[in-house]
Amino acid sequence: MSGEQVASEPFEPVVIGFTCNWCSYRAADLAGTARIKYAPNVRLIRLMCSGRLDPTFILDALARGADGVLISGCHPGECHYVDQNLNTLRRFRMLERILPALGIEPQRVQLVWASAAEGTQLAHEIDRMVEEVRGLGPLDWPARMAAAGGRTGPGVSPVGWPAGSRGEPEPGAIKGATEPPGVHA
Amino acid sequence: MSGEARPTFAMYGAGSCGGCDIAVLNVHEKILEIGAAFEVVLWPVVMDAKYRDLEARPDSSIDLTLFSGGIRTDENADLARLLRRKTKLLVAFGSCAGEGCIPGLANLTPPAEILDTVYETVSTENPDHLRPGTQPNPGGPGQLAGFAAVLRTLDQVVDVDYFVPGCPPESPRIAEVLDLALAALRGGEDLPPRGAVLGAGESTVCDECARTRNVKQIAGFRRIQEIDHLDPTLCLLEQGIPCNGAATASGCGALCPTAGAQCVGCYGPVAGAIDGGARLMSAFASVAQARTAEEMDRILDGLVDPIGQFYRFGLAKSLLRASRSAWAAAGGEWGRR
Repeated sequence: MSGEQVASEPFEPVVIGFTCNWCSYRAADLAGTARIKYAPNVRLIRLMCSGRLDPTFILDALARGADGVLISGCHPGECHYVDQNLNTLRRFRMLERILPALGIEPQRVQLVWASAAEGTQLAHEIDRMVEEVRGLGPLDWPARMAAAGGRTGPGVSPVGWPAGSRGEPEPGAIKGATEPPGVHA
Repeated sequence: MSGEARPTFAMYGAGSCGGCDIAVLNVHEKILEIGAAFEVVLWPVVMDAKYRDLEARPDSSIDLTLFSGGIRTDENADLARLLRRKTKLLVAFGSCAGEGCIPGLANLTPPAEILDTVYETVSTENPDHLRPGTQPNPGGPGQLAGFAAVLRTLDQVVDVDYFVPGCPPESPRIAEVLDLALAALRGGEDLPPRGAVLGAGESTVCDECARTRNVKQIAGFRRIQEIDHLDPTLCLLEQGIPCNGAATASGCGALCPTAGAQCVGCYGPVAGAIDGGARLMSAFASVAQARTAEEMDRILDGLVDPIGQFYRFGLAKSLLRASRSAWAAAGGEWGRR
């Protein structure tokens, strides 16, 4: 994403924005309808509730090349699903405690509450965060992993245990015996 | 018994503590059965063997290799590739080979800093300033294996047929896996799909734990040694002990919580989890009794080592895998090996 920057091309950060269907996504929509400009660096993803936001999504975004992640949901007390946004808050505070050990600055992952009426405020917060991330420079996680000889390939999940790995036995011969083993430099 | 007729077996430890080898030897009388059923061709902990003998073997001539340990040095990576070439069923055996385990936590630290600590601190006598990659006997044979920027899991270096989690895997699970492999090698049993996790359950440690569980509301975390009286029958997490059982794969029989210690998560993430640490964070966040950022911070202050809590075993196989400072070294002299 922000991999190899040509010297003449300024760094344009990519910020993934997770928004809630009932408030912040509508706030962004309102900003658009009202012709309020905000930085195009943010890529908004709509969830039904910010409480759906698994910390996995945030780490995955960073691992795949995002320079920052914006989390946005309804103000506490205004959640469409009673109090699921408090789950978001708790997960976010927890994630904040592990990011420094990984060398990720706190400004790269931010939580912003925005109601459906707060288009102007959300646009302002997006602009502010994009400028903060711009100041920090590229995070560049995929390029860093590639430099260390990380490998992905067929039959091997890049992370986690292989999907569906504990299913029913597959009929057939011993897999390792019939398929040529892969060796990777 | 004719050696030719028996399936061939190898076990090797790369960046590991040797505990996995001990765990295999700890299968009690089953070890006699293993010894009778397999022809052991390489197992440095048990018998002498030379790498050159291994190299001389035809490719795919070892039926089953249990590979323990993460890939940290050139030698680890070379042996992983060599054993992959020589082996039909390559098993990432134990937490280190599968997800990095404790040695994987070194991925939080830049390699130069690790080597300074190991080779140059005041308690170390190293007059020749030997380091990985240098020759201990100038002009003579031998060279210390080079040290990579980050620790990799076995499947980040070569294709792996099966994973057996655990630090170390528990003896009954090892026996099951060996029985399955033996049956398959004799042609009597189908193996699960390649890449499967063997020797672990579909569920979580909580499901194997006999402690009573209620609706969890955690008002604070405390370390187990700070508590005078633990309820011996109540869920440890409900007592404020940061127990990782909720997001850890079953298979151990909930040994630690049964003995009164929290689950540390050595059996790896539960089936289906992409990032075990993220799954644990979600689990802990959903039981924390906090409605404001301040309340949550107060609860989290009780977790003394958050990244060690959530990624103690799985950092090297997590989504981010290493800290930025460790990755930064990968581009330079610590580059790809």
